[in-house]
Amino acid sequence: MASGFSAYLRRDLLLAYRRRGEAASPLIFFVMVSTLIPLGITPESARLAEIAPGIIWVMALLATLLSTDSLFASDYQDGSLEQLLISPQLLAMPVLGKVTAHWMVTGLPLTLASPLLGLMLALPAAGYVPMMASLAIGTACLSLVGSVGAALTVSLRKGGLLLSLLVMPLYMPVIIFGSATVQSAIDGFAWSGPLAILGAMLAAAIALCPLAAAGALRLTSIN
Amino acid sequence: MPNTPLLSVERLQFERDDCNVFEQIDLTVGRGEIVQIEGPNGAGKTTLMRLLTTALQPTSGNISYAGQSIDLCRYEYLSDILYLGHQPGVKMTLTAEENLRWMAADSIGSIQDALAAVGLAGYGDVPCYNLSAGQHRRVALARLLMTDARLWYLDEPFTAIDKQGVSFLENCMSDHVKAGGAILLSTHQDLAIDGVRKYGISPHADQRGQ
Repeated sequence: MASGFSAYLRRDLLLAYRRRGEAASPLIFFVMVSTLIPLGITPESARLAEIAPGIIWVMALLATLLSTDSLFASDYQDGSLEQLLISPQLLAMPVLGKVTAHWMVTGLPLTLASPLLGLMLALPAAGYVPMMASLAIGTACLSLVGSVGAALTVSLRKGGLLLSLLVMPLYMPVIIFGSATVQSAIDGFAWSGPLAILGAMLAAAIALCPLAAAGALRLTSIN
Repeated sequence: MPNTPLLSVERLQFERDDCNVFEQIDLTVGRGEIVQIEGPNGAGKTTLMRLLTTALQPTSGNISYAGQSIDLCRYEYLSDILYLGHQPGVKMTLTAEENLRWMAADSIGSIQDALAAVGLAGYGDVPCYNLSAGQHRRVALARLLMTDARLWYLDEPFTAIDKQGVSFLENCMSDHVKAGGAILLSTHQDLAIDGVRKYGISPHADQRGQ
Protein backbone atom coordinates (compact mmCIF):
# COMPACT_ATOMS: atom_id res chain seq x y z
CA MET A 1 0.00 0.00 0.00
CA ALA A 2 2.81 2.37 0.94
CA SER A 3 4.53 1.50 -2.33
CA GLY A 4 1.68 3.18 -4.23
CA PHE A 5 2.25 6.32 -2.20
CA SER A 6 6.00 6.49 -2.71
CA ALA A 7 5.90 5.41 -6.37
CA TYR A 8 3.52 8.23 -7.26
CA LEU A 9 5.32 10.73 -5.05
CA ARG A 10 8.60 9.98 -6.83
CA ARG A 11 7.03 9.93 -10.26
CA ASP A 12 5.26 13.26 -9.85
CA LEU A 13 8.37 14.90 -8.44
CA LEU A 14 10.33 13.63 -11.44
CA LEU A 15 7.64 14.92 -13.80
CA ALA A 16 7.71 18.31 -12.08
CA TYR A 17 11.49 18.37 -12.33
CA ARG A 18 11.29 17.68 -16.07
CA ARG A 19 8.88 20.59 -16.44
CA ARG A 20 10.58 22.99 -14.12
CA GLY A 21 9.25 26.11 -15.85
CA GLU A 22 5.66 25.01 -15.51
CA ALA A 23 6.16 23.82 -11.94
CA ALA A 24 7.70 27.14 -10.92
CA SER A 25 4.84 29.26 -12.23
CA PRO A 26 2.82 29.38 -8.96
CA LEU A 27 5.92 30.57 -7.12
CA ILE A 28 6.66 33.19 -9.75
CA PHE A 29 3.04 34.34 -9.60
CA PHE A 30 3.23 34.54 -5.80
CA VAL A 31 6.41 36.63 -5.82
CA MET A 32 5.40 38.82 -8.75
CA VAL A 33 1.97 39.81 -7.47
CA SER A 34 3.24 40.43 -3.97
CA THR A 35 5.86 42.77 -5.40
CA LEU A 36 3.12 44.81 -7.01
CA ILE A 37 1.34 45.50 -3.71
CA PRO A 38 3.77 48.17 -2.40
CA LEU A 39 3.74 49.78 -5.85
CA GLY A 40 -0.02 49.73 -6.16
CA ILE A 41 -1.06 50.59 -2.59
CA THR A 42 1.64 52.38 -0.70
CA PRO A 43 5.33 51.98 0.02
CA GLU A 44 4.71 53.26 3.54
CA SER A 45 5.86 50.49 5.86
CA ALA A 46 3.39 51.15 8.70
CA ARG A 47 0.40 50.69 6.41
CA LEU A 48 1.96 47.76 4.56
CA ALA A 49 2.67 45.98 7.83
CA GLU A 50 -1.03 46.14 8.64
CA ILE A 51 -2.12 44.31 5.51
CA ALA A 52 0.96 42.08 5.00
CA PRO A 53 -0.36 38.89 6.69
CA GLY A 54 -3.59 39.00 4.71
CA ILE A 55 -1.89 39.78 1.41
CA ILE A 56 0.67 37.00 1.75
CA TRP A 57 -2.04 34.50 2.59
CA VAL A 58 -4.35 35.56 -0.23
CA MET A 59 -1.47 35.29 -2.72
CA ALA A 60 -0.48 31.87 -1.41
CA LEU A 61 -4.07 30.69 -1.80
CA LEU A 62 -4.37 31.98 -5.36
CA ALA A 63 -0.99 30.54 -6.32
CA THR A 64 -2.03 27.12 -5.04
CA LEU A 65 -5.39 27.35 -6.77
CA LEU A 66 -3.62 28.18 -10.03
CA SER A 67 -1.77 24.89 -10.05
CA THR A 68 -4.46 22.61 -8.60
CA ASP A 69 -6.18 22.40 -11.95
CA SER A 70 -3.37 20.34 -13.44
CA LEU A 71 -3.15 17.80 -10.63
CA PHE A 72 -4.86 14.97 -12.51
CA ALA A 73 -5.24 16.57 -15.95
CA SER A 74 -2.21 15.11 -17.70
CA ASP A 75 -2.79 11.66 -16.22
CA TYR A 76 -6.35 11.82 -17.49
CA GLN A 77 -5.28 12.82 -20.99
CA ASP A 78 -2.57 10.24 -21.55
CA GLY A 79 -4.51 7.32 -20.10
CA SER A 80 -2.37 6.70 -17.03
CA LEU A 81 -5.26 7.69 -14.78
CA GLU A 82 -7.30 4.87 -16.29
CA GLN A 83 -4.47 2.44 -15.53
CA LEU A 84 -4.36 3.75 -11.98
CA LEU A 85 -8.11 3.27 -11.56
CA ILE A 86 -7.91 -0.40 -12.47
CA SER A 87 -4.84 -1.17 -10.40
CA PRO A 88 -5.55 -3.48 -7.47
CA GLN A 89 -4.12 -1.17 -4.83
CA LEU A 90 -6.16 1.22 -2.71
CA LEU A 91 -6.62 4.32 -4.87
CA ALA A 92 -6.26 6.77 -1.99
CA MET A 93 -2.55 6.01 -1.50
CA PRO A 94 -1.39 7.03 -5.00
CA VAL A 95 -3.66 10.07 -4.71
CA LEU A 96 -2.02 11.03 -1.42
CA GLY A 97 1.38 10.56 -3.10
CA LYS A 98 0.39 12.86 -5.93
CA VAL A 99 -0.95 15.49 -3.54
CA THR A 100 2.22 15.34 -1.45
CA ALA A 101 4.28 15.88 -4.58
CA HIS A 102 2.00 18.77 -5.52
CA TRP A 103 2.56 20.37 -2.12
CA MET A 104 6.32 19.88 -2.40
CA VAL A 105 6.45 21.76 -5.69
CA THR A 106 3.93 24.50 -4.79
CA GLY A 107 3.27 24.99 -1.07
CA LEU A 108 6.77 24.24 0.15
CA PRO A 109 8.58 26.68 -2.19
CA LEU A 110 5.97 29.33 -1.32
CA THR A 111 6.67 28.80 2.37
CA LEU A 112 10.39 29.05 1.82
CA ALA A 113 10.07 32.18 -0.32
CA SER A 114 7.65 33.91 2.05
CA PRO A 115 10.28 35.64 4.27
CA LEU A 116 11.42 37.53 1.18
CA LEU A 117 7.89 38.79 0.67
CA GLY A 118 7.58 39.55 4.36
CA LEU A 119 10.57 41.82 3.94
CA MET A 120 9.05 43.46 0.89
CA LEU A 121 5.73 44.04 2.66
CA ALA A 122 7.40 45.27 5.87
CA LEU A 123 6.06 42.40 7.96
CA PRO A 124 6.95 42.99 11.65
CA ALA A 125 9.72 40.70 12.89
CA ALA A 126 7.41 38.77 15.22
CA GLY A 127 5.40 37.56 12.22
CA TYR A 128 8.05 35.60 10.30
CA VAL A 129 8.10 32.30 12.15
CA PRO A 130 4.29 32.10 12.51
CA MET A 131 3.94 33.00 8.85
CA MET A 132 6.20 30.17 7.71
CA ALA A 133 4.65 27.68 10.11
CA SER A 134 1.10 28.58 9.10
CA LEU A 135 1.94 28.58 5.39
CA ALA A 136 3.62 25.18 5.59
CA ILE A 137 0.58 23.61 7.26
CA GLY A 138 -2.02 25.72 5.46
CA THR A 139 -0.76 25.13 1.92
CA ALA A 140 -0.77 21.38 2.59
CA CYS A 141 -4.47 21.74 3.54
CA LEU A 142 -5.07 23.71 0.35
CA SER A 143 -3.41 21.04 -1.83
CA LEU A 144 -5.43 18.27 -0.19
CA VAL A 145 -8.76 20.09 -0.46
CA GLY A 146 -7.90 21.14 -4.01
CA SER A 147 -7.30 17.52 -5.01
CA VAL A 148 -10.96 16.72 -4.38
CA GLY A 149 -12.03 19.56 -6.65
CA ALA A 150 -9.45 18.61 -9.28
CA ALA A 151 -10.69 15.01 -9.22
CA LEU A 152 -14.30 16.11 -9.66
CA THR A 153 -13.52 18.38 -12.62
CA VAL A 154 -10.87 16.26 -14.33
CA SER A 155 -13.09 15.12 -17.19
CA LEU A 156 -14.27 18.65 -18.03
CA ARG A 157 -12.30 20.41 -20.71
CA LYS A 158 -12.53 23.83 -19.10
CA GLY A 159 -12.96 22.91 -15.48
CA GLY A 160 -10.85 25.73 -14.06
CA LEU A 161 -13.67 28.06 -13.08
CA LEU A 162 -15.87 25.31 -11.70
CA LEU A 163 -12.92 24.05 -9.70
CA SER A 164 -12.42 27.49 -8.15
CA LEU A 165 -16.10 27.70 -7.24
CA LEU A 166 -16.03 24.23 -5.71
CA VAL A 167 -12.97 24.59 -3.54
CA MET A 168 -13.09 28.28 -2.62
CA PRO A 169 -15.60 27.84 0.26
CA LEU A 170 -13.44 25.05 1.65
CA TYR A 171 -10.35 27.25 1.42
CA MET A 172 -11.91 29.93 3.60
CA PRO A 173 -11.31 28.40 7.05
CA VAL A 174 -7.69 27.82 6.07
CA ILE A 175 -7.09 31.45 5.13
CA ILE A 176 -8.97 32.72 8.20
CA PHE A 177 -6.86 30.75 10.66
CA GLY A 178 -3.70 31.14 8.59
CA SER A 179 -3.72 34.91 8.60
CA ALA A 180 -5.03 34.92 12.19
CA THR A 181 -1.89 33.02 13.23
CA VAL A 182 0.35 35.72 11.77
CA GLN A 183 -1.84 38.56 13.02
CA SER A 184 -1.94 37.30 16.61
CA ALA A 185 1.85 36.98 16.64
CA ILE A 186 2.23 40.55 15.38
CA ASP A 187 -0.25 41.83 17.96
CA GLY A 188 1.74 40.11 20.67
CA PHE A 189 -0.75 37.36 21.51
CA ALA A 190 -0.10 33.63 21.66
CA TRP A 191 -0.30 32.27 18.12
CA SER A 192 -0.31 28.59 18.94
CA GLY A 193 -4.13 28.53 19.09
CA PRO A 194 -4.94 29.34 15.45
CA LEU A 195 -1.93 27.29 14.35
CA ALA A 196 -3.24 24.29 16.28
CA ILE A 197 -6.60 24.65 14.53
CA LEU A 198 -4.76 24.68 11.18
CA GLY A 199 -2.96 21.52 12.30
CA ALA A 200 -6.27 19.90 13.16
CA MET A 201 -7.61 20.83 9.72
CA LEU A 202 -4.54 19.26 8.13
CA ALA A 203 -5.02 16.06 10.11
CA ALA A 204 -8.64 15.86 9.03
CA ALA A 205 -7.72 16.67 5.42
CA ILE A 206 -5.02 13.97 5.28
CA ALA A 207 -7.50 11.41 6.53
CA LEU A 208 -10.47 12.42 4.38
CA CYS A 209 -9.36 14.20 1.21
CA PRO A 210 -7.47 11.33 -0.49
CA LEU A 211 -10.49 9.08 0.03
CA ALA A 212 -12.85 11.75 -1.28
CA ALA A 213 -10.59 12.45 -4.28
CA ALA A 214 -10.32 8.73 -5.03
CA GLY A 215 -14.10 8.42 -4.92
CA ALA A 216 -14.45 11.46 -7.16
CA LEU A 217 -12.01 10.00 -9.68
CA ARG A 218 -14.06 6.80 -9.89
CA LEU A 219 -17.19 8.89 -10.30
CA THR A 220 -15.81 11.04 -13.11
CA SER A 221 -14.48 8.03 -14.98
CA ILE A 222 -18.01 6.72 -15.47
CA ASN A 223 -18.43 8.51 -18.77
CA MET B 1 -11.41 -26.70 -11.16
CA PRO B 2 -9.85 -26.98 -14.61
CA ASN B 3 -13.19 -26.73 -16.37
CA THR B 4 -14.18 -23.39 -14.92
CA PRO B 5 -13.70 -20.70 -17.54
CA LEU B 6 -11.21 -17.99 -16.63
CA LEU B 7 -13.72 -15.27 -17.35
CA SER B 8 -17.43 -15.55 -17.69
CA VAL B 9 -19.82 -12.74 -18.42
CA GLU B 10 -23.54 -13.20 -17.92
CA ARG B 11 -26.34 -10.94 -19.11
CA LEU B 12 -24.12 -7.89 -19.06
CA GLN B 13 -25.87 -4.59 -19.77
CA PHE B 14 -24.68 -1.05 -19.56
CA GLU B 15 -26.83 2.05 -19.76
CA ARG B 16 -25.55 5.48 -20.66
CA ASP B 17 -28.02 8.36 -20.45
CA ASP B 18 -30.86 5.86 -19.95
CA CYS B 19 -30.04 4.06 -23.20
CA ASN B 20 -28.54 0.61 -23.40
CA VAL B 21 -25.20 0.75 -25.16
CA PHE B 22 -25.18 -2.78 -26.58
CA GLU B 23 -27.30 -5.91 -26.73
CA GLN B 24 -26.96 -8.11 -23.67
CA ILE B 25 -23.60 -9.84 -23.54
CA ASP B 26 -22.98 -13.45 -22.57
CA LEU B 27 -19.41 -14.52 -23.04
CA THR B 28 -16.95 -17.01 -21.63
CA VAL B 29 -13.22 -17.01 -22.10
CA GLY B 30 -11.27 -20.13 -21.18
CA ARG B 31 -7.59 -20.59 -20.51
CA GLY B 32 -5.56 -20.60 -23.72
CA GLU B 33 -8.22 -18.75 -25.69
CA ILE B 34 -8.09 -15.60 -27.77
CA VAL B 35 -11.42 -13.90 -28.23
CA GLN B 36 -11.74 -11.14 -30.77
CA ILE B 37 -14.54 -8.66 -30.12
CA GLU B 38 -16.04 -7.51 -33.38
CA GLY B 39 -18.56 -4.85 -34.11
CA PRO B 40 -19.07 -1.67 -36.06
CA ASN B 41 -17.76 1.65 -34.76
CA GLY B 42 -19.85 2.72 -31.83
CA ALA B 43 -20.98 -0.80 -31.03
CA GLY B 44 -19.52 -0.51 -27.55
CA LYS B 45 -16.27 -2.47 -27.81
CA THR B 46 -14.31 -0.04 -25.69
CA THR B 47 -17.21 0.25 -23.24
CA LEU B 48 -17.19 -3.53 -22.89
CA MET B 49 -13.44 -3.51 -22.24
CA ARG B 50 -13.84 -0.81 -19.62
CA LEU B 51 -16.67 -2.73 -17.97
CA LEU B 52 -14.53 -5.85 -17.81
CA THR B 53 -11.60 -3.95 -16.32
CA THR B 54 -13.93 -2.42 -13.69
CA ALA B 55 -13.25 1.12 -14.91
CA LEU B 56 -17.03 1.24 -15.45
CA GLN B 57 -19.75 -0.35 -13.37
CA PRO B 58 -22.29 -2.46 -15.31
CA THR B 59 -25.97 -1.58 -14.99
CA SER B 60 -26.84 -5.23 -14.67
CA GLY B 61 -25.26 -8.61 -15.19
CA ASN B 62 -22.43 -10.52 -13.68
CA ILE B 63 -18.71 -10.88 -14.38
CA SER B 64 -16.96 -13.86 -12.83
CA TYR B 65 -13.30 -14.65 -12.69
CA ALA B 66 -12.34 -18.31 -12.26
CA GLY B 67 -15.87 -19.02 -11.09
CA GLN B 68 -16.08 -16.24 -8.54
CA SER B 69 -17.84 -12.91 -8.97
CA ILE B 70 -15.23 -10.17 -9.40
CA ASP B 71 -16.84 -8.13 -6.66
CA LEU B 72 -15.78 -10.87 -4.24
CA CYS B 73 -12.23 -11.28 -5.53
CA ARG B 74 -11.51 -7.78 -6.71
CA TYR B 75 -7.88 -7.69 -5.60
CA GLU B 76 -6.99 -11.07 -7.13
CA TYR B 77 -8.82 -10.22 -10.32
CA LEU B 78 -7.24 -6.81 -10.79
CA SER B 79 -3.78 -8.21 -10.01
CA ASP B 80 -4.29 -10.77 -12.72
CA ILE B 81 -5.38 -8.57 -15.60
CA LEU B 82 -3.55 -6.25 -17.94
CA TYR B 83 -5.34 -3.60 -19.95
CA LEU B 84 -4.02 -1.69 -22.92
CA GLY B 85 -6.49 0.99 -23.88
CA HIS B 86 -6.74 3.59 -26.60
CA GLN B 87 -4.42 5.89 -24.71
CA PRO B 88 -1.08 4.20 -24.24
CA GLY B 89 -0.61 5.76 -20.78
CA VAL B 90 2.90 6.86 -21.68
CA LYS B 91 4.20 10.02 -20.01
CA MET B 92 5.71 12.33 -22.61
CA THR B 93 8.27 13.91 -20.31
CA LEU B 94 9.62 10.61 -19.03
CA THR B 95 11.96 8.35 -20.97
CA ALA B 96 10.82 4.97 -22.27
CA GLU B 97 12.71 3.28 -19.46
CA GLU B 98 11.23 5.45 -16.72
CA ASN B 99 7.77 4.93 -18.13
CA LEU B 100 8.15 1.19 -18.00
CA ARG B 101 9.76 1.23 -14.58
CA TRP B 102 6.69 2.65 -12.96
CA MET B 103 4.01 1.24 -15.30
CA ALA B 104 5.21 -2.27 -14.66
CA ALA B 105 6.36 -1.76 -11.10
CA ASP B 106 5.90 -5.28 -9.75
CA SER B 107 6.82 -7.10 -12.89
CA ILE B 108 9.14 -9.77 -14.13
CA GLY B 109 11.99 -9.48 -16.61
CA SER B 110 14.29 -6.62 -17.39
CA ILE B 111 13.24 -3.35 -18.94
CA GLN B 112 16.15 -3.37 -21.40
CA ASP B 113 15.19 -6.79 -22.76
CA ALA B 114 11.58 -5.75 -23.15
CA LEU B 115 12.51 -2.55 -24.95
CA ALA B 116 14.87 -4.45 -27.25
CA ALA B 117 12.12 -6.93 -28.05
CA VAL B 118 9.72 -4.20 -29.14
CA GLY B 119 12.42 -2.66 -31.34
CA LEU B 120 13.28 0.24 -29.07
CA ALA B 121 16.80 -0.85 -28.11
CA GLY B 122 18.86 2.28 -27.56
CA TYR B 123 15.79 4.46 -27.10
CA GLY B 124 15.61 3.73 -23.37
CA ASP B 125 16.85 7.15 -22.28
CA VAL B 126 15.13 9.24 -24.94
CA PRO B 127 12.26 11.36 -23.60
CA CYS B 128 9.01 10.07 -25.05
CA TYR B 129 8.06 13.39 -26.63
CA ASN B 130 10.85 12.70 -29.12
CA LEU B 131 9.28 9.39 -30.13
CA SER B 132 6.56 8.82 -32.71
CA ALA B 133 3.00 7.67 -32.04
CA GLY B 134 3.87 4.13 -33.08
CA GLN B 135 6.86 4.13 -30.77
CA HIS B 136 4.68 5.28 -27.85
CA ARG B 137 2.49 2.33 -28.62
CA ARG B 138 5.54 0.06 -28.59
CA VAL B 139 6.57 1.37 -25.18
CA ALA B 140 3.14 0.37 -23.92
CA LEU B 141 3.38 -3.01 -25.68
CA ALA B 142 6.65 -3.71 -23.86
CA ARG B 143 4.50 -4.15 -20.76
CA LEU B 144 3.16 -7.37 -22.26
CA LEU B 145 6.63 -8.91 -21.95
CA MET B 146 7.01 -7.87 -18.35
CA THR B 147 3.73 -8.93 -16.88
CA ASP B 148 2.59 -12.13 -15.24
CA ALA B 149 -1.07 -11.22 -15.66
CA ARG B 150 -3.09 -14.12 -17.01
CA LEU B 151 -5.88 -12.21 -18.67
CA TRP B 152 -5.06 -9.53 -21.22
CA TYR B 153 -7.51 -6.92 -22.45
CA LEU B 154 -6.20 -5.29 -25.60
CA ASP B 155 -8.29 -2.50 -27.07
CA GLU B 156 -7.26 -1.85 -30.67
CA PRO B 157 -3.68 -2.92 -30.02
CA PHE B 158 -2.64 -2.61 -33.67
CA THR B 159 -3.29 1.12 -33.91
CA ALA B 160 -0.29 3.03 -35.27
CA ILE B 161 2.15 0.11 -35.32
CA ASP B 162 3.91 -1.16 -38.43
CA LYS B 163 3.93 -4.66 -39.98
CA GLN B 164 6.84 -5.89 -37.89
CA GLY B 165 5.09 -4.59 -34.81
CA VAL B 166 1.95 -6.47 -35.77
CA SER B 167 3.79 -9.76 -36.18
CA PHE B 168 5.66 -9.19 -32.94
CA LEU B 169 2.38 -8.62 -31.14
CA GLU B 170 0.85 -11.71 -32.71
CA ASN B 171 3.80 -13.83 -31.57
CA CYS B 172 3.51 -12.36 -28.15
CA MET B 173 -0.18 -13.19 -28.02
CA SER B 174 0.24 -16.77 -29.17
CA ASP B 175 3.05 -17.32 -26.62
CA HIS B 176 0.77 -16.00 -23.91
CA VAL B 177 -2.12 -18.32 -24.71
CA LYS B 178 0.24 -21.29 -25.06
CA ALA B 179 1.36 -20.58 -21.53
CA GLY B 180 -2.24 -20.86 -20.36
CA GLY B 181 -3.24 -17.21 -20.44
CA ALA B 182 -6.23 -15.73 -22.19
CA ILE B 183 -6.74 -12.66 -24.33
CA LEU B 184 -9.72 -10.55 -25.16
CA LEU B 185 -9.02 -8.08 -27.90
CA SER B 186 -10.91 -5.69 -30.10
CA THR B 187 -9.63 -5.02 -33.57
CA HIS B 188 -10.97 -4.70 -37.09
CA GLN B 189 -7.97 -6.52 -38.51
CA ASP B 190 -7.84 -10.25 -39.15
CA LEU B 191 -5.26 -11.99 -37.06
CA ALA B 192 -2.66 -14.39 -38.42
CA ILE B 193 -3.11 -16.67 -35.41
CA ASP B 194 -5.04 -19.93 -35.47
CA GLY B 195 -7.93 -20.60 -33.20
CA VAL B 196 -9.11 -17.06 -32.63
CA ARG B 197 -12.74 -17.07 -31.58
CA LYS B 198 -14.79 -14.15 -32.77
CA TYR B 199 -17.54 -12.59 -30.73
CA GLY B 200 -19.75 -10.03 -32.39
CA ILE B 201 -21.44 -7.29 -30.45
CA SER B 202 -24.00 -4.92 -31.84
CA PRO B 203 -25.35 -1.60 -30.71
CA HIS B 204 -28.60 -1.82 -28.79
CA ALA B 205 -31.90 -0.90 -30.44
CA ASP B 206 -31.90 2.23 -28.23
CA GLN B 207 -28.82 3.43 -30.09
CA ARG B 208 -29.98 2.58 -33.59
CA GLY B 209 -33.46 3.95 -33.25
CA GLN B 210 -32.37 7.56 -33.26
